[in-house]
Amino acid sequence: QVQLVVPMAVVFVPGSVPGDLPRPLPFRDVHEMEISVNLRASVASRYEVFYRSTTGQEEAALAAATAREADAALHPLQDTTLGSLTMYVVPETSSLLPQGINVYVGKHRSALVRAGGSLAALQARLREVAQVMSFTASSIAAALSDRVPDGQLSPDARRYLKSSLGYEITFSLLNPDPKSHTVDWDIEGAVNRYVKPVLDKLSLVANFSVDSQILYYAVLGVTPRYDKESSSFLLSAHSLPHVINPVEARLGSSAASLYPVLNFLLYVPERSHSPLYIQDKDGAPVSTNAFHSPRWGGIMVYNVEAPVSPQASLPLHVDVDMARVMGVFLAQLRLLFGLSWEEVPPEFLLESPGNEGLADWELDHLLWAHTVENIATVSTTLTSLAQLLDKIGNIVIKDDVASEVYRAVASVQSAVTKLSLGHLHAAFRASKEAVTSSERAFFDPSLLHLLYFPDDQKFAIYIPLFLPMAVPILLSLAKIVRETRQHKKEPTKMD
Amino acid sequence: FQDQAEQFLRSGHTNNWAVLVCTSRFWFNYRHVANTLSVYRSVKRLGIPDSHIVLMLADDMACNPRNPKPATVFSHKNMELNVYGDDVEVDYRSYEVTVENFLRVLTGRIPPSTPRSKRLLSDDRSNILIYMTGHGGNGFLKFQDSEEITNVELADAFEQMWQKRRYNELLFIIDTCQGASMYERFYSPNIMALASSQVGEDSLSHQPDLGIGVHLMDRYTFYVLEFLEEIHPASQTNMNDLFQVCPKSLCVSTPGHRTDLFQRDPQNVLITDFFGSVRKVEITTETLSLDRDVAGSESKLPEEELATEPLKYAEQLPVAQIIHQKPKQKDWHPPGGFILGLWALIIMVFFKTYGIKHMKHVF
Repeated sequence: QVQLVVPMAVVFVPGSVPGDLPRPLPFRDVHEMEISVNLRASVASRYEVFYRSTTGQEEAALAAATAREADAALHPLQDTTLGSLTMYVVPETSSLLPQGINVYVGKHRSALVRAGGSLAALQARLREVAQVMSFTASSIAAALSDRVPDGQLSPDARRYLKSSLGYEITFSLLNPDPKSHTVDWDIEGAVNRYVKPVLDKLSLVANFSVDSQILYYAVLGVTPRYDKESSSFLLSAHSLPHVINPVEARLGSSAASLYPVLNFLLYVPERSHSPLYIQDKDGAPVSTNAFHSPRWGGIMVYNVEAPVSPQASLPLHVDVDMARVMGVFLAQLRLLFGLSWEEVPPEFLLESPGNEGLADWELDHLLWAHTVENIATVSTTLTSLAQLLDKIGNIVIKDDVASEVYRAVASVQSAVTKLSLGHLHAAFRASKEAVTSSERAFFDPSLLHLLYFPDDQKFAIYIPLFLPMAVPILLSLAKIVRETRQHKKEPTKMD
Repeated sequence: FQDQAEQFLRSGHTNNWAVLVCTSRFWFNYRHVANTLSVYRSVKRLGIPDSHIVLMLADDMACNPRNPKPATVFSHKNMELNVYGDDVEVDYRSYEVTVENFLRVLTGRIPPSTPRSKRLLSDDRSNILIYMTGHGGNGFLKFQDSEEITNVELADAFEQMWQKRRYNELLFIIDTCQGASMYERFYSPNIMALASSQVGEDSLSHQPDLGIGVHLMDRYTFYVLEFLEEIHPASQTNMNDLFQVCPKSLCVSTPGHRTDLFQRDPQNVLITDFFGSVRKVEITTETLSLDRDVAGSESKLPEEELATEPLKYAEQLPVAQIIHQKPKQKDWHPPGGFILGLWALIIMVFFKTYGIKHMKHVF
């Protein structure tokens, strides 16, 4: 039984304390909730809340002009362990939060919540905030998607990247028309400036490796349609699935690693098909001019402006605006991992994470989902390994397979314990070790059932050999038995 | 609402894999290689890249010394269609196509030194097409004229795949004699199977080519290839049409199929769900606004290296150590009960029958 424990602190600014508190501040309380995954399994969640009032330093920080500054000032005063949450309840009339906004979620692990009158209303709001910032029932169910019976989840809920020890990211520049465009992209600089900070933050989750390539004469699989009204070329939404295939054959992948590959393609359309826009389902051009495919990567179309004079010499030199491009690619990377702002209620204001790419609480979100997924994967793997070994009675289990199994069991137990204590980082690391060990044990090449003969096959081989040999032996045995019996009988007869 | 209904009928896969196996060797089994290569060609044409195809050919027909048209494998007589093409990528060739390697590919229990192209790196959102052809019988398929895979082993391998969620849906097509016996024992969910003939029937070959001297294709795969040539990546043809391919009048054998383990209705399963690679796509509506003026972290070059003396090649190889290594002693285990009992029986009977007086000569 997995129990997810979130340590939470609710800090009341003077003037925001609701009238109907059960006990005077400070006090602790526990909220429990059960997330049922399928008929037999469920995940329990526990929010251990510590209600208290502000310290002097926090009050000074909260006296800032805007919520953003308050959040920045509060950051050093907070509990920064992974998985924990701090919520500051500000009075209803406070000017920190703009009109119509009830919750401001910061870049780190805190939120500013507007007081709602009674304790019950406040708790309902706090519950909402806690769910956005840690995990919801649907995010846990999506992580355990292969155990949820079909039909309960829509097929699209299972589209996020699976938890893996590492990911490979490949940036590719596609130039189908090198005669018209010489495209220059400073990919190394862009990776160092924009991508590395995000990947450094995500390095807690997995190892990332980045490479890049330029492909010439790589065309999309679809011919775009010319639209007279906007005098541009359009790719409709339903032709997008067929765009990727011809290109995919030309994209390489590293021969040595087995990690999932995420491809980000930047396509500079040909002179004859410029400008090229992607249309969404309603026919409007997409502002980012990009689309992505779950578990694969994303493609962005980069339009080159027509030259000022029609006699400009070809090829045109194009300097790619890497900040804009990386903004789209990093947003796609977030979406591939499942971090999106879609499900946030409208009265919430989320602070933009800026160049870091993702907020601390979004990282926690990922860690919760991946830890639960890892634990589920380990238990399925070990159960199925046990079933396999039961079925083939005489399989030889090597010592290192046995030690990997023991290690996996110990790690997964430690992960579950750490989760129930609220130590998210330690639990995640333990779950990663458990997954590594269990995969190594399950996929060990020596466990091929073909190599171990069932007993009936052994009989089938040895019987034709030993049966003819056994016939005279058995007959002689019978003769001996008969003789001994006769011998025993005779003395009595002679007397 | 229409969108939601469409969603539930669609498959939930995000990538496609294909494992195409030809199990026979020798020149007169040209048609099996041509079968496999035609399916390979269709699958590539419809979008599955080579990195997602595991092609296993047990013999090389294109460069076989008996091939009068080298570097080609034809599927039509009068050499209309060369299925070998320019960019075929064979992953397991010749003697590497064994039952063990096939099962290793399916279950993933591969030695760590295997390159990426020889692995089936599918996940729980992969639709896999498995096509097998060769000589088969009731409940088995012959590999390389020396070993066979039984339907029980195949069913167990699929169950191992399901346990580890290595597939979302699986389409199994087999073109051998008595092919339907191979899918009788499947018990894992989400498997659909097609076979070229029922138990007790033989699958027949299609047409010989007098120029090449062998039969070029098997009937079932020939008509499947004709059917697939009309499919393009956007087509909406479903599995029910594939079940109608090659009726008894054309095929002489009765093709069979099995859909009871499959969760969706075959009516809603598109051919491109398995043979092509139509990806799910979402429009990106969000973007991050990045601050341009940030100084990036310089790429860290490994500047500090421990100064070591350069090793000469001969020093790196401790030849003396290697050649004088004794073979590792195998641990001695006492003989098992069965052997002991057998010997005790034999000795006892021997001495009882021939008399105890021989004992003193032995000891």
